[in-house]
Amino acid sequence: METILILAHTETDGSLAKPALEAIAAGKSLGSFSVGLIGADTQKAANQIAGCGAAKFLAVTGTDFAQPRYATDTAAAEAIAKAAAATMIIVPHTSRWGRVAAGVAARLSGRADTHVTGVTANSITRWYYRQRMEAQMTRTQRPWVIALDPGCVAPIECAAGTAATTTVSVTAVSRTQVTGVKAPEASQQTIRPDAKLLFVAGAGWTKKQADSKTHVPEAAELILGFLNASKASLGSSKSLVDLSGEGQAVLPFMSHLNQIGQTGSTPRHPKGLSTCCHGEEPHTVGWRFVNERRAISLDPNCGWARGKADVLYVADSFAVMRKVNALLAGK
Amino acid sequence: MSIAFQIVVCGSIVPDPLQTLEPVTTPAGPALKNEMMLPAVLDPWAWHSLFEAAHLAKNNPGSKVWLVCVAPKAKLQQVMMTVAQKAGFELVAIDGPASGFTEAADVANALADAIKAIPGLDMTKLLVFGGWESASRGAGATMQIVGEKLGITDQFQGVDQITVAADGSFEVLERVEGGKHQVSKCAGAPAVLGWATGNLPEPPNNPQIGMANMRTMMPALQKAKPAKIGAEGVTFASVALPKQQRQTKIVKDMSADDIAKEIIAWIQQ
Repeated sequence: METILILAHTETDGSLAKPALEAIAAGKSLGSFSVGLIGADTQKAANQIAGCGAAKFLAVTGTDFAQPRYATDTAAAEAIAKAAAATMIIVPHTSRWGRVAAGVAARLSGRADTHVTGVTANSITRWYYRQRMEAQMTRTQRPWVIALDPGCVAPIECAAGTAATTTVSVTAVSRTQVTGVKAPEASQQTIRPDAKLLFVAGAGWTKKQADSKTHVPEAAELILGFLNASKASLGSSKSLVDLSGEGQAVLPFMSHLNQIGQTGSTPRHPKGLSTCCHGEEPHTVGWRFVNERRAISLDPNCGWARGKADVLYVADSFAVMRKVNALLAGK
Repeated sequence: MSIAFQIVVCGSIVPDPLQTLEPVTTPAGPALKNEMMLPAVLDPWAWHSLFEAAHLAKNNPGSKVWLVCVAPKAKLQQVMMTVAQKAGFELVAIDGPASGFTEAADVANALADAIKAIPGLDMTKLLVFGGWESASRGAGATMQIVGEKLGITDQFQGVDQITVAADGSFEVLERVEGGKHQVSKCAGAPAVLGWATGNLPEPPNNPQIGMANMRTMMPALQKAKPAKIGAEGVTFASVALPKQQRQTKIVKDMSADDIAKEIIAWIQQ
């Protein structure tokens, strides 16, 4: 029988974020479990999930553990895992846990599996080759660290209360100091993970149009106008992002952070609207976790759409988005 | 005063991303259909980290770059014909599978052993670079385990930028949620940096660099030691392509006005 531990870090306000609640839900579905918390102050988080059914709450608390950095996070996770004698450790695959999951497993002489999309009592599912094939697998090595991708399990809903936590002592030093977070101005931020809609801009926006000329400034205006009006998140196909490296005209607000697909992110949004994309399979994997998908393309055989989108509008994206923006502006 | 770094880039080869991939079952576990026939490239994020390593070495005179690769020797030789013209490095080749279905821990052990065996390795100057995830296993695990095996506890993943100060300390930008970067300051080498795309474009081919690299590359390939890399302890119940196939409704001959109205109604549902 497995000894299950769910590890979570607290947010800056001391609470647990949605991915942590999802990991707890996944762990609970497997049987008896304990929760390990790491952060500057863990009591608020423990209280938040007091009614989750955990057998124990273990905590590494202190200002040293507020910062998301390898040395301190690994030491804290290792200490809690040893205190719990855990054989199966589930963590949310946030950037913070993604940084340390495999290192923790190595310290515990165990193994880690990351980007996991489903967990059962003795197996997991996860993607290989950048979301292009899915495997169901199990392993004999223990401890088994499982990093669960956000959005794969419904978060646990439980009563808050007062949780009794057991403090785990850890001494960890680091030569690294986290000094802050760098983000574009709020008005210029085009990546919105909580947005209901993902707007995918393909390379067609920067290519020659019907008049044999490129219209990059107009494309930029239309895309930004739509993003501002709809509060959608912006993704780009790999090809559009790579144009900058090839010296071609690019959309000035587009960076590698917007890239989705083979070498980009695979965001999860309820809806997705693809425009001016042409689609080889590696690029369209960014589409995989979007529930409802529509596409606008002049090519009725567009690879982003055929068999992948629910609706394909065979039309000029410039013309359609111009109308969409006008309607959103109430004109 | 600049710091002379020893930069070790870890990487492997993967099928060209534009190839169609299909899983097959073999006695040794899952594999790709016609895997040895598929054209290969250096793993994209490791590729970026190699450019960043070369750039850092150029800006810090006296620095040196090694590329430590685990891959089938013959395939690696083909890929190196392209890679060698991009950046100056010394190849350390390890003969082993490049399959995504092998264990990250096995690969990390082989890489760490090869790094430790580099003559004149100075841990106080060592920066271990690589991709933060591969395009095969895609786990983001190997670099962390390499760091653990080398006793390096300053590790960064999803790195897009490193800025080195005159005293050898450096600032790192790591990707975090929401299109943001976490900014960290590290006292200096040794450190592990798992790179995302970075900021540098692909360098143009430089035949002179290619010739210089080839002088050491062929002996390195000939000396490549086989490594024991597998998937011991792992049982794959299934490996399959996703079957989600949508019945796409093709809408032709609808005016831009009508399409726009329909899209807005759908967005606002």
